[in-house]
Amino acid sequence: MADDYVRYMDKTREYYLAEGYNNPYQWAHFEDTPFTPLTKPLSECRLGLVTTSDIAVLSESGERERFDAETLVGNVYSIPSDVAVERLYSRNEHYDRFETNLNDVNSYCPLTRLREFAAEGRIGSFAGRFHGVYTSYSKRLTMERDAPEVLKRCREDEVDAVILTPV
Amino acid sequence: MSLVARHLEANGIPTVVFGCARDIVEYARVPRFVFSDFPLGNPCGKPFDVTMQRQILEMGLDLLARAIAPSPTVQTPYVWSEDNSWKAKVFTKERPFMEGETHERWMRAKEKYRQLKAAGKI
Repeated sequence: MADDYVRYMDKTREYYLAEGYNNPYQWAHFEDTPFTPLTKPLSECRLGLVTTSDIAVLSESGERERFDAETLVGNVYSIPSDVAVERLYSRNEHYDRFETNLNDVNSYCPLTRLREFAAEGRIGSFAGRFHGVYTSYSKRLTMERDAPEVLKRCREDEVDAVILTPV
Repeated sequence: MSLVARHLEANGIPTVVFGCARDIVEYARVPRFVFSDFPLGNPCGKPFDVTMQRQILEMGLDLLARAIAPSPTVQTPYVWSEDNSWKAKVFTKERPFMEGETHERWMRAKEKYRQLKAAGKI
């Protein structure tokens, strides 16, 4: 068992049932898989980053204030990629707080690593901003509103490929 | 997140997802998925372990470069702890999914969702 991965859908279903909900969350499910190949070497590619890690930016004075007002559309917001990582933190509460922490932004939002790979020429460049998506219980809103907004921004950024990270 | 990856991919942008909840991501079917068998929180490597973080990102880049069709899940070679005892404790009474204020916020959000759904607004 310890060698096998954790079944979060089963665990969550059991949790809902214990809370008295017998109509638990329906996870997104598809039979098909869309695919687009990468058509040029990574050393010539601009990479984008999209995260659902609830990443947020501290104010200049280090306060946890509203930071996304200018960029937020639906659940999608953007942050300049050259932000000091020391100013970033995650507001996510759904990580395993008994086993780990979110103290290192790069463990769930690999900004520094992407900058390094760009500086080393492993990738062509890292886009000038990255994007956050606040998670929603509504798959419809995610599909009809938020995913198209992320696509629009990624096209504006002219990225060749995108890395996605939750917590 | 998988829904966003699928939408980008369907519209001509290659993607790679990093994650720790293997069953959820695989259920949604994304074309490239790098799985670390870790507790939820650090899909890009253990906190402050730069070498591991670089290697995990590299596995994703390699997958981007070589995939010519939707790829099976790629698992990173790392273990969280030697006995992996954390796995049996996930979402147990000893280690509840949520508690206190977090749990109350979550229940309120769920209630709001039910109301909106019942009203046909989402």
